[in-house]
Amino acid sequence: MKILVALKQVPDTETKVKVAPDGKSLDPTDVKWITGPYDEYALEEAIRIKEAGGAEVVALTVGDDRAKEVLRNALALGADSAVLLKGQPSDDPLAVAKMVASFLEGKGFDLVLLGNKGIGGDNAAVGPMLAEILGWGHANVVVKLEVKDGAFLADRETEGGLERVAGPLPAVVTAQKGLNEPRYASLKGIMAAKKKTIEELDGAGAPAVLSNAALALPPARPDGRKIEGDPATQARALLQLLKDEAKVF
Amino acid sequence: MYPILTDDQLAIQQAARDFAMAEIEPGATARDQAHEFPGGIIRQLGEMGFMGMMVPEAYGGAGLDTISYALALEQIAYADASVAVSMSVNNSVACAPILAFGTEAQKQKYLVPLASGKEIGGFMLTEPDAGSDAAAIKTRATPVEGGWVLNGSKAWITNGGVGKYFVTMAVTDPAQGKRGISSFVLDAAQPGFRAGKPEDKMGLRSSNTVMVSLEDAFVPQDALLGRPGEGLKVAFGGLDGGRIGIAAQALGIGQRALDESVKYAKTRKTFGRIIGEHQAIQTYLAEMEARVQAARLLTFKAAAMKDAGRTCTVEAATAKLFATEMGSWICDRAVQVFGGYGYSREYVVERLYRDVRVTTIYEGTSEIQRMVIARELMK
Ligand SMILES: Cc1cc2nc3c(=O)[nH]c(=O)nc-3n(C[C@H](O)[C@H](O)[C@H](O)COP(=O)(O)OP(=O)(O)OC[C@H]3O[C@@H](n4cnc5c(N)ncnc54)[C@H](O)[C@@H]3O)c2cc1C
Repeated sequence: MKILVALKQVPDTETKVKVAPDGKSLDPTDVKWITGPYDEYALEEAIRIKEAGGAEVVALTVGDDRAKEVLRNALALGADSAVLLKGQPSDDPLAVAKMVASFLEGKGFDLVLLGNKGIGGDNAAVGPMLAEILGWGHANVVVKLEVKDGAFLADRETEGGLERVAGPLPAVVTAQKGLNEPRYASLKGIMAAKKKTIEELDGAGAPAVLSNAALALPPARPDGRKIEGDPATQARALLQLLKDEAKVF
Repeated sequence: MYPILTDDQLAIQQAARDFAMAEIEPGATARDQAHEFPGGIIRQLGEMGFMGMMVPEAYGGAGLDTISYALALEQIAYADASVAVSMSVNNSVACAPILAFGTEAQKQKYLVPLASGKEIGGFMLTEPDAGSDAAAIKTRATPVEGGWVLNGSKAWITNGGVGKYFVTMAVTDPAQGKRGISSFVLDAAQPGFRAGKPEDKMGLRSSNTVMVSLEDAFVPQDALLGRPGEGLKVAFGGLDGGRIGIAAQALGIGQRALDESVKYAKTRKTFGRIIGEHQAIQTYLAEMEARVQAARLLTFKAAAMKDAGRTCTVEAATAKLFATEMGSWICDRAVQVFGGYGYSREYVVERLYRDVRVTTIYEGTSEIQRMVIARELMK
């Protein structure tokens, strides 16, 4: 069994997002980069499959040198090898999906696991697109996964319920929060990862069709207002404001 | 940073910090108030390799150096000193003496589970009437068929109610005085090992510290650690590493108190300005920073010498003495910077003030460190 886990490097959820002077990209100063949280579920699931029944786990990311950090971390957590597809992490999910698809070609992978979306961009597109390009079955937003005898069984979150999808391998599965509880890397894993090499391949050949035209922050929230007076006055004023301004009544 | 840290050491420090801030820090105050032992956290630390950091991988440890250990312990103590003391005891005074003095069979039997975090370990030297004066212990080991039985009381035993294997000192030959003391590895899973209620301590309230009474507690022949009569050699063999560990613990608490103070000094206003703009507060912050930096250098220096295989008795004692005394001073000033709020359980500096206090007492009091240093100087 051969599993590819495709990971994306994303800004830490606690990063204070700033727009760069070009008005369409993220200002990278002060940004702390992390592995996409949904990708962490995908990686953890791959490692658990490996531990349970044996599998080879390859971690892959599309990006530049900075993104190697994500791969180092994946190796520390238990991935067997890591591949950096060199190229600008594009705003265009189709370009990324094409790059990953051409990497997969002829390599005999049985399963591709990814996060259901990368935080920040929130396109939730690479997984489904990849499956379409490859012509493989696909289950997204998966919270439970079983892989056995050349087939998979996946529970996916749907509006107000769960849906169980069955299909043959090879397949593409995207992970949702709840799939598992990702572990921390062990010290042994961290040390071993430092000794492994990251394979670097040219990820070019899939020109982006889309690009960001503009990036804007949500409008700043107006300051709060303090209502003065004794409790009865405050209550009356609040009621009035709820009626006249907020129009909740 | 001095000594220049290697990539590996920085990676360990980062891993410890990430885990400490995400998993240990958030519940620290609640655990302190509930006196709740952080069992789940200790188990996770064990799985990650933090409970046997300097034990070779062949014996279930992480195979790292003393500097990495000090860096990690500082980060853990920064989040919660109660977790740090459990970790320190397991590493420094349970794993280390078994690694140094144990036979191959003892290492397989006791070290592997302790270093890999499957079991928690401890160290039983102190007794109600013998602390600094370790040679005054009275616990008796009496030969019986197949081994010994131990009788006596051990006081202040960290992990005493939660651990499995304890490096234990007892008198085998009363006529020989301090050369009549031997070390054993005692299995706590027996009726003769009775752990008392957790002590009602000032600080480190979520760490497990108990009195243990030994009533015919059995140790088999092959659980004797080192040679008969060399018990104190085993007990003191790991002291340098233990002192470096406690220095790192105090450093972590001190750094936290400093960081909390700086944050508070930037927001609290009196007389129309933030208190960090008052000169008196600035001198406190500057002095705290200077002491933290000095303590860090002393701790790293002792660790680096130990890693180089050099004698570091004076350096380790100096680091322990200075880092713990400065840690206590810094936490005292931090409470001052916070004013009345520093005296409230709502603010973390109140816990830091209580937690740091014991660092000048255990693993050799400050007075004992001064004796050790002066004795070396006078040689
Ligand atoms: C939270 C906690 C955890 C502990 N964990 C463990 C553990 O896991 N295992 C273990 O074996 N022990 C443990 N201890 C015990 C600890 O190591 C002892 O408390 C310490 O060694 C001091 O001994 P004592 O309390 O008997 O003080 P004493 O030895 O009675 O000392 C009292 C005072 O006299 C001073 N003094 C003593 N002798 C001299 C001298 N010759 N010259 C000058 N001053 C002197 C001391 O410095 C101190 O100020 C722990 C203690 C605490 C508080």
